Amino acid sequence: MLDKILFLLCLASALADERCMPDTPHGFQVRLSIKTALGDEAYVWNENEMFLFRASLAFAMRNHMNGQQFEVSNIIVCNETMRVSFWFIVTSPLDTSQLIDQENVEAAIRQSRNRINSAFLLTDKTLEFVDILPTLATLYTHPTPPWLIVFGVVMGAVGAGIIIMLVSSVVQKKRKTNGKPQDKDDDEETRVKTVENGDAHDGVHNMSFSEDERFTKM
Amino acid sequence: MRLVLPNPGLEDRIFSHEDLERMEKEEAEDRPKWDNKAQYILTCVGYCIGIGNVWRFPYLCQSHGGGAFLIPYLILLIFEGTPLLLLEFAIGQRLRKGSVGVWRAINPYLTGVGIASMLVSLLILMYYNTLIAWILWYFFNSFQDPLPWAQCPLNENRTEFVSECQRSTTVDYYFYRVTLNSSPSIAESGGLQWQIVLCLLAAWTVICICYIRGISTSGKTVYVTAILPYIVLAIFLIRGLTLKGSLTGLKYLFTPDVDELMNPQTWLDAGSQVFYAFGIAWGGLISFSSYNPVHNNCTQDAVMLSIITGLTSIYAAAVTYTIIGFRATENYENCISENIKILVNAFNLPEDSITTSNYDTALNHLNSSSPDIILVLDFKTCDMQKLLSEGVEGTGLAFIVFTEAITKMPGSQVWSVLFFIMLLCLGVSSLIGTIEGVVVPLKDLNVFPKKWPQEALTGVTCAVIFIISLMFAQQSGIYWVTLFDTFGGSVSLLAIGFLETLTVAYIYGIDRFNKDIKFMVGHKPSNFWQISWQFTSPLIILVILAFYLVSEAQQELTYLVWDPDSDQFPSLASVPYPSWVYAVIFLLAGVPILAVPLYALWRLVTVSCRKKYHAESMKASTF
Repeated sequence: MLDKILFLLCLASALADERCMPDTPHGFQVRLSIKTALGDEAYVWNENEMFLFRASLAFAMRNHMNGQQFEVSNIIVCNETMRVSFWFIVTSPLDTSQLIDQENVEAAIRQSRNRINSAFLLTDKTLEFVDILPTLATLYTHPTPPWLIVFGVVMGAVGAGIIIMLVSSVVQKKRKTNGKPQDKDDDEETRVKTVENGDAHDGVHNMSFSEDERFTKM
Repeated sequence: MRLVLPNPGLEDRIFSHEDLERMEKEEAEDRPKWDNKAQYILTCVGYCIGIGNVWRFPYLCQSHGGGAFLIPYLILLIFEGTPLLLLEFAIGQRLRKGSVGVWRAINPYLTGVGIASMLVSLLILMYYNTLIAWILWYFFNSFQDPLPWAQCPLNENRTEFVSECQRSTTVDYYFYRVTLNSSPSIAESGGLQWQIVLCLLAAWTVICICYIRGISTSGKTVYVTAILPYIVLAIFLIRGLTLKGSLTGLKYLFTPDVDELMNPQTWLDAGSQVFYAFGIAWGGLISFSSYNPVHNNCTQDAVMLSIITGLTSIYAAAVTYTIIGFRATENYENCISENIKILVNAFNLPEDSITTSNYDTALNHLNSSSPDIILVLDFKTCDMQKLLSEGVEGTGLAFIVFTEAITKMPGSQVWSVLFFIMLLCLGVSSLIGTIEGVVVPLKDLNVFPKKWPQEALTGVTCAVIFIISLMFAQQSGIYWVTLFDTFGGSVSLLAIGFLETLTVAYIYGIDRFNKDIKFMVGHKPSNFWQISWQFTSPLIILVILAFYLVSEAQQELTYLVWDPDSDQFPSLASVPYPSWVYAVIFLLAGVPILAVPLYALWRLVTVSCRKKYHAESMKASTF
């Protein structure tokens, strides 16, 4: 009796091992880059870590397929390399000869990706499930674009500056025209002088080309 | 006896030396004046040092033999740039008018030269302010964490980034798609991009307020806009030198390649760069000098300005290339890491078994042991030289290479704000001179009513050109900007510069000019200046002009487009211009130059008509 059970067990595990191979249609390849992620604090990959991986994957399968009690033994791993990469397949807890199809496994991993990552202190990039694309976090969108705020500040400052300058030049002009009637007496004296100088000016130079063409030499 | 063309009536059109002395003593002139000499120098420095010093000169330097390029640059600076600079300074200071007034005073038939300068300044004003608008956009967007050009947007099912961004880089995508939303060709204009319209509005209001009262406001603005870039460049130099890879960039820039001196294109590019950098023939320098006191030492100013421009170009080039070297080294190391990852994953080797140092040996070893696996792998070529030379000119430098480098530096927001403020100051100070070269001629030509104050002139000019420059806010805007940049200035400026030297040397008279300078400065200009004005400088300009026309006429004109559907994506595809663009090019390059003969012709016609009318009315009055 014991022999039979032992034989069946061996057969079962042998069968299971054969189904797990590189490029299997039922499983996925996993690649861990622990040194890249953690640098000096990297842990060594060993049997215990592999056990944790199988356990977290079983947890993911349980979460996704409600009711089915996946165990660590349902996660079969093979082709472990120095890279720390390996292949795995998932057997059904009800019937170990049955493999869970890829879509379900992928969906389960997607759902619990964060939990699996944090169990290993890794990220989507450093704990790679080959051919399973991670769902990227959406970028934070501000309610009002910050550039509009800065634009508003700058335009407000510049606009205020322009208005101040225009108002100040209008005020200056008003002051000049108000000042003129008071200085009329002074003006009359200087006006005589300027008229004299004006004649002298006119005789000596012609400041701009005028349409009257007093000197049409060309 | 020097060769001088007959020019009757010149004495009546210009102030004599006695008038100038009297005006100086009595301060009877109604022209604006500089508050102090520093304002004048800073305005000229700001005018000459523009964005081109950051994104054109370093590229020319590096592509034409590094340190060796400085030789043609300095030679042409001395023989072409400085004499023309002194010519414009002296003639403006002597005749005390803007560009149109000066040429009109020398000979009314030559007013066209001033009008040509004004038209060129107008064309440049239009597209240059669009560059300022883009800089403002990046500046406004630097106040967020993370910087928006550091990441790609996600696609619909959030598994990947948007395809256009995935295939190119985040900074490319941000510039061409998010900022400009560029169409794939100049013919497809697309709609107005409202964010660019807003930034254009901001750019035009900033220029308006800087120049609102003419040089009394702009003279104060230049204290900031001319000095701040030097400070920021110093900060960037110190930061740049502490970054990894900066020395690679500096070495790449300055390593001399003496063979390049044999290439005529090197000398042409050096000559053009000197010409455009100094702002000669734009009209602004003549205007600025006309506000100087009569006895200002313009010779000293010209020499000082040339030295400052030359040194600043080299300084800016060094800073630029430390940052370029840093970015290239980062990208190169990322490229190598990617290749290492591919290798390690394919052969399932432990993670740190292959590093950058033993990558080549490991690759060779694996290639010999299992070549079939290596063949299938998709390695990227990591070429340091290519990384150092890509996208380092024009808008590509500021908006793609530099923004990418900034995202890799810690404290990116600060560096981004500093960088774009620097570009803004460089641009605004150049624009002040350009707008001076447009508004003052318009005033001299009596386009505006005489009663309008300076504020109204500035406001109306800014408003009108803003509306015209909305065409650069379309989706094809960047292609129009490149078109204006390539053809709006080139030929016309060289032709105007050529005419200027000939006019002053042979129509105004070199003897009279010497006497003027002796009156203003105290001693006659040396033989070097005289020979330059009469022979050397016009000859150099003529040679550059001839070579340029010949080389442009020979090739089919193409431009670079951002086309996600093209084969060369993410590189810009080179596409020929549609045929109607040639008409636009002719307008851009030809109309300013044609203004010279056309105005002379128009004046001939009106004068002879008036003579006839006058003669007939005399006849009628005798009866």
